[in-house]
Amino acid sequence: MPEPLLRVDDLSVRFESDEGAVHAVDGLSFALEPGQVLGLVGESGCGKSVSSMALLRLLPPTAVISGSARFQGVDLLQMPVRRLRQIRGREIAFVFQEPMTSLNPSFTVGRQIGEVLSRHLSLSRGEARERTVDLLRLVRIPAPERRIREYPHQLSGGMRQRVMIAMAVACGPKILIADEPTTALDVTIQAGILSLMRDLRERLGTAIVLITHNLGVVADIADRVIVMYAGRKAEEADVRELFRHPQHPYTIGLLGAVPRPVESGDSRQRLQEIPGRVPSMAELPGHCAFAPRCPRADELTRSEIPPLREIRPDHLVACFHPGSDGRA
Amino acid sequence: MSYVEVAPLVTPRARRRRLLLRRFVRRPFAVLGLVVALAFVVSAILAPVVAPANPDATDFNALLAHPSSEHLLGTDELGRDILSRIIWGARASIQAGVLATLLAMVIAVPIGLVAGYYRGWLDPVISRFTDVLLAFPFLIVAVGLAAILGPSLLNATIALGVGAAPGLIRIARGEALALREEDYVRAAVANGAGGPTILARHILPNMMNTLIVQATVTIPAAIIGEATLSFLGLGVQPPTPSWGVMLSAAQPYISDAPRLALYPGLAVVCCTLSFNLLGDGLRDVLDPRTQR
Repeated sequence: MPEPLLRVDDLSVRFESDEGAVHAVDGLSFALEPGQVLGLVGESGCGKSVSSMALLRLLPPTAVISGSARFQGVDLLQMPVRRLRQIRGREIAFVFQEPMTSLNPSFTVGRQIGEVLSRHLSLSRGEARERTVDLLRLVRIPAPERRIREYPHQLSGGMRQRVMIAMAVACGPKILIADEPTTALDVTIQAGILSLMRDLRERLGTAIVLITHNLGVVADIADRVIVMYAGRKAEEADVRELFRHPQHPYTIGLLGAVPRPVESGDSRQRLQEIPGRVPSMAELPGHCAFAPRCPRADELTRSEIPPLREIRPDHLVACFHPGSDGRA
Repeated sequence: MSYVEVAPLVTPRARRRRLLLRRFVRRPFAVLGLVVALAFVVSAILAPVVAPANPDATDFNALLAHPSSEHLLGTDELGRDILSRIIWGARASIQAGVLATLLAMVIAVPIGLVAGYYRGWLDPVISRFTDVLLAFPFLIVAVGLAAILGPSLLNATIALGVGAAPGLIRIARGEALALREEDYVRAAVANGAGGPTILARHILPNMMNTLIVQATVTIPAAIIGEATLSFLGLGVQPPTPSWGVMLSAAQPYISDAPRLALYPGLAVVCCTLSFNLLGDGLRDVLDPRTQR
């Protein structure tokens, strides 16, 4: 079997603080193929952002990272920072959640995209300008020739996120990591951004790691999904498989919390919340982290960490009592 | 998708500039400060043209003369025209004020940026060092340095610049510390930018407002500093005119001819006040946090 584009093995991230260590990610493994869209799903604080930032070592120095992340055969976690800097933005690019504050207010949009281009591709001024206009057109910004002379404060949130995406794909990265790219945006603009990302994947063949807590977004665009809970992988499957046959009670709970249109008659379904809260990461338990909130919890779940098992073909679940029947 | 395109009448940069200008003009004291400060700067530059008389020409027929049409502010103990000496004295003051501030910025900004952005072991070392320097009053440091360097306008300027640097280091460090947490800085790191690029393109430009405002506070402090050093004989040497030198020379005549001290003193007050008003106005205009 050939090496995938990115193979993450046993990635763990721990933050050392005065009050002791906080385990943000614990033994996460996954593979990403070229052009694949991988959805990383979970509640706030489940470690999805931290694990993606850890790949490019963008975390503060208090973070202790272990495991490996082999990109095209080379471990990102071991390479010198100098080499890593050539990968950041060129091979693996980031789109952050906050389009309002992720652009430098002192420079025009054109100059900021040009900065990335000249850093990685050493283009001349004219070439960079031309390419910037092309990029803005690619992310469907109208009148790009004019927009490149504008400052971030003159653009709307959706426009800014498009600029961020243009900047991210400027050098034709192999992987685009999008951390909640649509969360801060209006729903109508969300749809536009998602269709743009789908389009970019088709046209540029970019693999996308999409970090989100929104299952609708995942259903819309992802090929494969990883559900994370308390820093660990709870379930992993192809998107259709996951939505049709969710096995982990947490996944089932998440799906139950998605609003659905009224199916028949006027019996409107109440949204199902998952009781309890995400556990504090400082005291990560030695048993199934979801047990306190789980309807299927028993003695076993409260005493051991469930291993990842392949329940169905290509469908991994970390649960002692998997099964999609009897949705919680 | 269809957008209604509004034709831009002015470029964005010009529009922003006009907005800032409008905000500035609404503040009468700031405008007054700008006008007076400009008047001082212009008359200092054009001293040979503006001054009614040679500041060094003595007239022994008119010693300590009262103000008259010939000598608008009277003459000093050697019969020199006071107005002309004040105008020429502005040269030393403005020169010392501006150059010392520039020197302080050149020293302080890189150090503060490095300390605030890279942190590590450098930050506490630099911070403690500036804390120690800040424990000494600005003028004491400047007087000490000027005494070591020897009396001259250049040395006084260097002393003032070095003396003003610790405070600016602290400000630049604080700004860098705050700006490094900005999303666009994190985004730049994720895009492969290295430390120098981030400092030059993302942190320094976004702290310019603060630095400009700080400069308008440092300039008057340096002007007073120059007058003080010259007064103490550590700056401009007589007979070269300087406000501090004039004040010093006026001491024996303080009861007979108080105007000898009054006019240069007024010049110091007006000049520094104008820069301070200008600085206050600029802070209000440039810093959105103080918007009313």
